[in-house]
Amino acid sequence: MACQGLAKGETTNTLKAESESLKAKLEEERAKLHDVELHQVAEKIDALGQFVMKTRRTLKGHGNKVLCMDWCRDKRRIVSSSQDGKVIVWDAYTTNKEHAVTMPCTWVMACAYAPSGCAVACGGLDNKCSVYPLSLDKNENLAAKKKSVAMHTNYLSSCSFTNSDMQILTSSGDGTCALWDVESGQLLQSFHGHSADVLSLDLAPSETGNTFVSGGCDKKANVWDMRSGQNVQSFETHESDINNVKYYPSGDAFATGSDDATCRLYDLRADREVAIYSKDSIIFGASSVDFSLSGRLLFAGYNDYTINVWDVLKGTRVAILFGHENRVSTVRVSPDGTAFCSGSWDNTLRIWA
Amino acid sequence: MTINTLSQDGVQRQQMPCLTKMERMIISMQDPDMGIKLRNQRLLITVIPHKCSISDEEALHVGQLFVKYGYIYPLKEPRNLILKADDSSYRFQTPYYWMSTRWPASELDYAIYLAKKNIRKQGELIEYEKECYNALHKRINHTWDFVVMQAREQLRASKQRRKGDRIVLECQEQAYWLVNRPPPGTQDSIDHGPERRTTNTRVQLVSKLTITTQLTTCTTTHNPHTHTYCEQYQPHDPIMQGCLPSNPWITDDIMFWNMNSETVALPTKLRVERWSFSFMELLNDQMGRKEFLTYLEKEFSAENLCFWQACEDVRHGETAKIPEKVDEVYKQFLAPGASRWVNIDSKTMEKTLEGLKRPHRFVLDDAQMHIYFLMKKDSYPRYLKSELYKNLLARAIVPQETKKSVFPFMRRQRHSSPSPALATQTAEDDGKAKYSNSNSGTASRL
Repeated sequence: MACQGLAKGETTNTLKAESESLKAKLEEERAKLHDVELHQVAEKIDALGQFVMKTRRTLKGHGNKVLCMDWCRDKRRIVSSSQDGKVIVWDAYTTNKEHAVTMPCTWVMACAYAPSGCAVACGGLDNKCSVYPLSLDKNENLAAKKKSVAMHTNYLSSCSFTNSDMQILTSSGDGTCALWDVESGQLLQSFHGHSADVLSLDLAPSETGNTFVSGGCDKKANVWDMRSGQNVQSFETHESDINNVKYYPSGDAFATGSDDATCRLYDLRADREVAIYSKDSIIFGASSVDFSLSGRLLFAGYNDYTINVWDVLKGTRVAILFGHENRVSTVRVSPDGTAFCSGSWDNTLRIWA
Repeated sequence: MTINTLSQDGVQRQQMPCLTKMERMIISMQDPDMGIKLRNQRLLITVIPHKCSISDEEALHVGQLFVKYGYIYPLKEPRNLILKADDSSYRFQTPYYWMSTRWPASELDYAIYLAKKNIRKQGELIEYEKECYNALHKRINHTWDFVVMQAREQLRASKQRRKGDRIVLECQEQAYWLVNRPPPGTQDSIDHGPERRTTNTRVQLVSKLTITTQLTTCTTTHNPHTHTYCEQYQPHDPIMQGCLPSNPWITDDIMFWNMNSETVALPTKLRVERWSFSFMELLNDQMGRKEFLTYLEKEFSAENLCFWQACEDVRHGETAKIPEKVDEVYKQFLAPGASRWVNIDSKTMEKTLEGLKRPHRFVLDDAQMHIYFLMKKDSYPRYLKSELYKNLLARAIVPQETKKSVFPFMRRQRHSSPSPALATQTAEDDGKAKYSNSNSGTASRL
C-alpha cells in the first residue's frame, strides 16, 4: 500500500476527515443498490424441523486448552493444537491418537492438515509456522524433520495450505497475512491493510482459486487477491474484534464471528453485510464459525461454552448445544459434511452429528 | 479479548463488550419494578428474567456466567462458584468489585487482603492462600510494611461499622478474590488468552482511486444464488437430511465412506448428480474428472483437460520447479506442432509466449483460464447430455438405509483405516512430488 507524504494544506486530521467522508459516501452508494433483505427472500423457504445433534465422540488427551483443529481430507482424521505446545493427530472415528508433536512454544493457536494428509502445519507464540511431515515410524521423532516455513514479527493466529502441500497462507498478530513456499521458506506475497492483529483467514472455494478473506482486531474483514497482494474488498460493520472468518460453500459470501457476540454474513457480489445472527441472551463473543455442507446452517462456537446453530437464510437460531465446560475455541465441519468437530479450553474435542 | 488497559501508546482499547452487556443485564435485574424480588439483604433467584424467548436451560447457563464472572455470588458455599436451580441464596456483587472497574486485580490489593485475613485470626489462611502469601512476601518485600499498615488500617476502619454491613463487605471482598485468584484446581473463568495488541494509531491513508473503483464495480444486490445453492445442496448435506446408508459417526458403520471412496467401482446416484451442479464439482471429484477425460478423448479434445491440470501443477507446485514445468507445458501444449496443441486465441497465445521468456508461477494463468472457460461453456454441458454420463447416472447406486441394530446397546466395533501418510510414503519413495488427491496422477501425464 502506497504511503505518500502530506501534500500542501493537508494535515493528518484533514485526511482522516476526508477518509471518513469517503467511507460515508461509499455506504450511501451501497445502500442505494440494496433492494431486498436476505430473510425476506427466505420467507418462501420452509422452516427447519426439529434439530437434534449429539456428541458422538469425545477426544481426551490434551493436557491443556485446545486452541485450534483441522480436518484431514480423508474425512475422519484431525489435527489439534493446544496451549501447552502439543499438536496431536487423531483418527477421530476410533478416537485413537496417531501422532504427537511437542512444539518449542506455548499457545499453538494455528494448525492445519496438508491436502495430501502427509503433513501438518502449526504455529503460535513462536511467530513462526512450521511444517511437520507425518512419519509412520513409531520411533521416529517428528520434530527432527520439521521445516520452518513462515516468519512473522508477532504471533501466528491462523494458517492454511492452499490447493497443495507446497504453499501456506498465514495470518499474524503483526497485522499482516503472507503466502509462503513450503520447500524453500520463501515469502511469495504479503498482504498489508489491516491496522491491528489479524486473527483468521479462509481461502475462497472459487473456480479461479485466487482470493481469500481475513478478519482482525480492527473489526474489518478484507478480501485479497492472492496474486497481486491487493485488498479488493473490505467490510467494517462489526463492533469488536473479528475472531473467525469462513466462506460460504459457493464462495459468493462469507461469515464472521466476533467478540461483539454476533455472527454476520457478507455477500461479495452485493458488497455488503446481508445478515446478522444475534440474540439478547448471547452476550459472549463468537470464537469460531463454519457452514454445513449446503450452507443452510451456520455452527458458531462461543466464549460462554456453548455452540449455537443458526439458520443462515432465515436468521434464526435453530439450536443451542451444551456440553463443553469452558470456552469453545474452534468449530469445523468435516469435509463431507457428516459431522463437525469442536475444540475447547476444557482440554477436549467433541465430534457432533 | 480486550480489557480496559492502556497500551504502550496510551491508547485505550475498548472494554470487553461482554462485560458491558452483562452489567446492563445485572442492572436491569436489580430494577425495583421489573427486576428480581429481593428479600432483606439476601435474594432468591427463582426466575432469571429474560425478555427474549430462551429455554430454562439457557437461562440457567447465562446465570452461571454471572456467577463465574463475579456479578452474583452464592452465600452458602462461597467457594463453589456455580448457580443452582434451587432455593439457594445469592447476592448481587457491589459495582465496586465489578470486573469492568477493578481488573486486573492488583498484587498489592491481594497482599493486603491476605494480610488482613492473617492478622484477624492466625492460621485462617487456607493452604494455597498461605503459599500465595509467602510468594507475595518475597516478591514485593520492599513494600511489605505498607501492606501490613494498610491491612491494619482497613481492619480498624471496618470494626467501626455496623456488624451487618461488615459481614456483607467481607462477603463481597471474599467473592471478588475467589473469582480473581481462584484456588488451584478450580477453573480460572477470567483467563483471556494472549494479549492482542492494537496498532490503530496508524492512520489508514486510502487513496481516493480505490474507493471510486469499488463504487463502480457494485452490482445488484438481490441474491437468489444463496438460497438456491442451499436448496440444491440440501439432499447432499448429511447434517440437514441424513445420508445413506447411514452417518458413520452415528451408527459406527463406515459403509457411507466406503461407497463414496475415490476408487469405488460404481458411484452413488447423489454423487453423479452433483457433477451436474457445476463444472467445479465435476473437476473436484477424482472420479468425475476421470469420466470427463474419457468423454473428451472420444471427442478428441482431451488435451484441454490435460493442459488445465498441468497449469494447476505449475500454479500450486514448488517454486524451484516452475521453470522446468513451464518448459514442459510449452513443449507439449503450446509450441507450434506440439503433440497436444491447445486451441487458444491468438491474443492470449501471444501474451503467454511473451511471458514464457521469464517464467513465473502465474505465467500460464490467462491461457489456463481461457481453456477452463472453453471446457465449461462447451464440453461440460455436452458431457452432461452424453450417453456416457446418462448411462452412469442410470447405473449409479442408491444405497439402502442401514437397518437399526437388533441390539441397540451393543456398539459396533470401530475399525481403523490406513493413514494417508502411508499411501504417499510409498509414492515419495518413487520420487513423486506430494500433491493433493485431486492432483495426484496428473504430474505423470505430462
